[in-house]
Amino acid sequence: MLAFVLRRLVQSLYVMLAVGVLAFALFRFVGDPVNQMVGQDTSVEDRDRLRQELGLNDPVPLQFLNYLWRAARFDFGISYQFKQPVMQLIAERFPATMELAVVAMILALVIGIPMGVYTGLYRESWVSKAFLATSLVGISLPTFFIGILLIFVFAVQLNVLPSFGRGQVVDLGFWNTGLLTRSGWLAIIMPAITLGLFQMTLIMRLVRAEMLEIMRMDFIKFARARGLKSRVIYFGHALKNTLVPVITITGLQFGSIIAFAIVTETVFQWPGMGLLFLRAVQTVDIPIMAAYLMLIGLMFVIVNMIVDLLYFAVDPRIRVAAKAAH
Amino acid sequence: MQHVEASLPKPARAVARPRSVWSRMAGSDIAFSFFRSKVTVAAAIVTLVYFLGALFAPWIAPNNPYDLTQLTLWNSNLPPMWLQNGEAKFPLGTDDQGRCILSTILYGLRISLGVGFIAVILSAVLGIMLGLLAGYIGGRLDSFIMRVADVQLAFPSILIALFVDGTLRGMFPNAGRESSAFWILVVALTLSFWVQYARTVRGSTIVEKNREYVQAARVIGLPAFTIMLRHVLPNVLGPVLVIATINLALAILTEATLSFLGVGFPPTEPSLGALIQIGSRFLFSGEWWITVFPGVALAGLILAINMLGDWLRDALNPRLR
Amino acid sequence: MLRRLKGIAVAVAVALAGAASLAALSGSPAHAQNTFRMGFQGNLNTLDPYTINETFTLAMLGNVYEGLTARGPNLQIIPGLAERWEIQEGARLWRFHLRRGVKFQGGEDFTADDVIFSAQRIRGDTSDLRVRIPNGAEFIKVDNFTVDVRLPTPNPILIADWDTFYIMSRTWAERNNATQAVSSRATEPGFSTLNANGTGAFRVTAHQPGVRTELTRNPNWWNDANRRHNLDRVIFTPILNDATRVAALLSGEVDWVDPVPVQDMDRVNANATTRVMAGPETRTIYLGFDQRRDQLLAPAEIPPAPAGAAQRRGTNPFKDVRVRRAFYQAIDVNLIVQRVMRGQARASALMIDPNLFPRHAAEFQRLAFDTAAAERLLDEAGYPRVQGFRGGNNRFSVGMDCPNDRYVNDAAICQAVIAMLARVGIHITPIIQPRAQYFGKILAGGGYNTNFYLLGWTPGTNDSHNVLIQLHGCRDDRGTGGVGVANVGGYCNERVRDLTNQILVEADPVKRDGLIRDAFRITVNEDVAYIPLHQQALAWGVNRRVEMAQRPDNVFMLYHVMMR
Repeated sequence: MLAFVLRRLVQSLYVMLAVGVLAFALFRFVGDPVNQMVGQDTSVEDRDRLRQELGLNDPVPLQFLNYLWRAARFDFGISYQFKQPVMQLIAERFPATMELAVVAMILALVIGIPMGVYTGLYRESWVSKAFLATSLVGISLPTFFIGILLIFVFAVQLNVLPSFGRGQVVDLGFWNTGLLTRSGWLAIIMPAITLGLFQMTLIMRLVRAEMLEIMRMDFIKFARARGLKSRVIYFGHALKNTLVPVITITGLQFGSIIAFAIVTETVFQWPGMGLLFLRAVQTVDIPIMAAYLMLIGLMFVIVNMIVDLLYFAVDPRIRVAAKAAH
Repeated sequence: MQHVEASLPKPARAVARPRSVWSRMAGSDIAFSFFRSKVTVAAAIVTLVYFLGALFAPWIAPNNPYDLTQLTLWNSNLPPMWLQNGEAKFPLGTDDQGRCILSTILYGLRISLGVGFIAVILSAVLGIMLGLLAGYIGGRLDSFIMRVADVQLAFPSILIALFVDGTLRGMFPNAGRESSAFWILVVALTLSFWVQYARTVRGSTIVEKNREYVQAARVIGLPAFTIMLRHVLPNVLGPVLVIATINLALAILTEATLSFLGVGFPPTEPSLGALIQIGSRFLFSGEWWITVFPGVALAGLILAINMLGDWLRDALNPRLR
Repeated sequence: MLRRLKGIAVAVAVALAGAASLAALSGSPAHAQNTFRMGFQGNLNTLDPYTINETFTLAMLGNVYEGLTARGPNLQIIPGLAERWEIQEGARLWRFHLRRGVKFQGGEDFTADDVIFSAQRIRGDTSDLRVRIPNGAEFIKVDNFTVDVRLPTPNPILIADWDTFYIMSRTWAERNNATQAVSSRATEPGFSTLNANGTGAFRVTAHQPGVRTELTRNPNWWNDANRRHNLDRVIFTPILNDATRVAALLSGEVDWVDPVPVQDMDRVNANATTRVMAGPETRTIYLGFDQRRDQLLAPAEIPPAPAGAAQRRGTNPFKDVRVRRAFYQAIDVNLIVQRVMRGQARASALMIDPNLFPRHAAEFQRLAFDTAAAERLLDEAGYPRVQGFRGGNNRFSVGMDCPNDRYVNDAAICQAVIAMLARVGIHITPIIQPRAQYFGKILAGGGYNTNFYLLGWTPGTNDSHNVLIQLHGCRDDRGTGGVGVANVGGYCNERVRDLTNQILVEADPVKRDGLIRDAFRITVNEDVAYIPLHQQALAWGVNRRVEMAQRPDNVFMLYHVMMR
């Protein structure tokens, strides 16, 4: 177990290093930050000097070493646009994105799993077919379009939900949360639906497929033969066995949720990392982009590791396999 | 899987096997389940209609929306023909540049499906090759490929596309967008899709490689590559096909999302997604047709593809049969 | 069992609808009496008034900080922290008499020392607003409330842009280690980025850049007795996405947004609680040509002249004024204004807003839209239609650079232009990019890497001289020397250069305007240096409870906002 964790840690380091190299290579081409940092009348000499002092004219290997050395210490420098430490900016925005992502994911699980179980068990029922069809509609339109439609209906036409922002935010010192206020909950509804819809469909379909398979397996038949109640069979045996792929997908999709939060946060002006990142791309704020990418990489690595550990907990066969493999 | 093992007494028979696999795939089981499900047949027909529409767009579209000499602002923002001020020339109305919506949907479909198809095929080929190599050869190569896959997974498709776009544009600043956008998207989507294939194929390969028939083939001296292609590959085609269907839908959606972020196709030659993005700006102002028709067209396509994917998943799953 | 499962699944599925209807019952939360909530497409990135010379940042800070002079609702220059001033020695000496009894928001007294300090700070290496003060100008403290500015050469428009030369407190800056402007290249966060201490009508009470900024009325403002606003609090939120911004206004979540997309104006006006405040803006949108390179850049392609074609002048068609004139006449700007801009723009003959050049602007007319004339001019210049070239009988092909997130409907304008030029046989490859890549490519940093482009310009000084020197001043390949920074196409005419130098030092306004007219006659009528398209309209969306002034330079004065 410990050896397994250590191995994953070392592998994660490689992954992070590769992410760093990739990110650095890409920044060389994203545009010239200087034009976004000065006014229109600023002379070419001043722009050149700025470029020089930002280190944009240094030899590339030197720039890279500087970048790596600082990234290793989580020092991404000062944002070109905000003139503030990037880590501080990210730390301020991190809670917003996490709350949105977690609420969206929970929404997807809480709705997706029961719907999946139901449609798996009653394959031919009209309710199942209705669930399947509506869930498909949700993934048939681009996220931004769903978001704008929701705003149009619930903010403009019905005027029941706020169209932007996080509502009243409470600062807990280490974390700022919108989940302690009514306006905060109202504000998160539409962004969370927009972000979670795709995952919900995915999870529902996954659970359905797994249920379909498992219900045909021998141990279920045995369970039935032993006269266990349907509920015990469905939830005690069948659902438990669908959990492994659900955990995997949830883990893998979490990164994708964070990334798609870029779109959702832009549509709803949700003050999270995704919005910060999109603005950074538009204004070539390289320090923010670098930090964001490294953070995404790190989060992915951590989530992946947690997923692996959860496997150990959920599925005894993997424990055996892991032992055998090492 | 059992009959696969059984059907391999001699290498000579094995050479002929791929065809038999295909004929088996198109065989009675699948055909039966296909025609049994009316929804699937309907989805297939709808998909076919879309494909034909895209393929023959230049011949069936009432106008050529990409020909700038045909465009005039005088025709901009016309409503569909059945509404007041609508013109029969533009059955579904026009957008802000005077482009015929129906024609743009057909032409845009061409781009969207083109991107999706090429990306799916490239990523499948890449993913299958790497998956086979990783699974069959194993060892260092395996862990290397899988670590690369991990790095890759850390970056979701829209991030990759944002960066591929920025990089390529930085490298070729004077490239017109309509030519570069296509390949930018193809590269970005390929890069983000191959991992799924590689992981799936690798998993199956590891399972298959320890089976008796593969070991038998090895004993009689078949080259590793032949074994992989002829014996392992056919067994993983099912899941690959399912992933491919889902990815085709995903590719088209991703392309639409990217146009919202300012990447993606240029407004002079909008894809289906770009057209929705253009139209979404006119949602509040009452010119709903610019976004609703392409939106419905896109939803219909994705819906049909996904339904086919669903059916395929169930049909190709031996345990469900 | 079946029924129960069905029940669970259905219940979860409708849970969201439940939450929504719950929200419907309770309505939106109440707001404090006079809180003015603003939504703008951009961020307020810094509170330091010398970090970036950019309209929105300076406009926002203009409610917190003040300059020696100010501009009123119609852009007229009015006294600010200086009560009055005298121009002496033929505009070589300016004497400013400062307002007495003014206090900074932190309690410091405002004196001549603060002016001297601010002049020094704004001229520092780290400031982006150094253009505010001419080279060699000397600031002399005469007494605590009098400051002299001595200039090496006469300058009649010294204070043209001093309404955004904000005065900072010397003691505050020294106490907080903020005596240098926080530079764009700062490696340390600066105090003045997140904190402000001006003399203005509002104090910054909370500031989270890119998220939310809160201003509170300054009860100790020197002009509070005559204040024309009744705001207690101002909350500013950036709202990037157009649709969301409009939705926030329509649903009453904000009281002011900028900009309202032109297509949404009718909707905003039709709404019972909102309206659009539209007015001409001083920004001129125009097309420019590469008139410097001998060869056009890829992807441009010029087919060899067919037999019988007129002799060409050189290898860059844009060096030939007939080609520039042909492009001009091929574009129907009125149609663009009418359809793309939906009437929210004014076609322009000049490269400056006519309101900023009232004496002679009416003498200039746009060239008529005339495709036949355009085709004739192109034929004469040696670029006849070539059979089968680029998918049609086109004359030549050239790339066009265009931003898609900078100006009102910028990409749509470019598309319209491309379609119009296609009709006279010019094949154009659009290179439409977000502004980060766009500016990186076409400006000096990218080596002015363009042949044909769309750009917008607002003269920072509200004066024609700025247009002449920055857009028409002869530049070298790198654009060094502070002249012609934005002269992307490299236009150059010695006569214009001489006139520009004379304009700079001419103190007599009538004569000066005459010289400007002479210069524009050359650039506009003779040389067709650019194709001016239009001045786009400002479009603010406001709640009907709000009465406010709208300035043509898109500066919003919170101290002129009344809420009912």
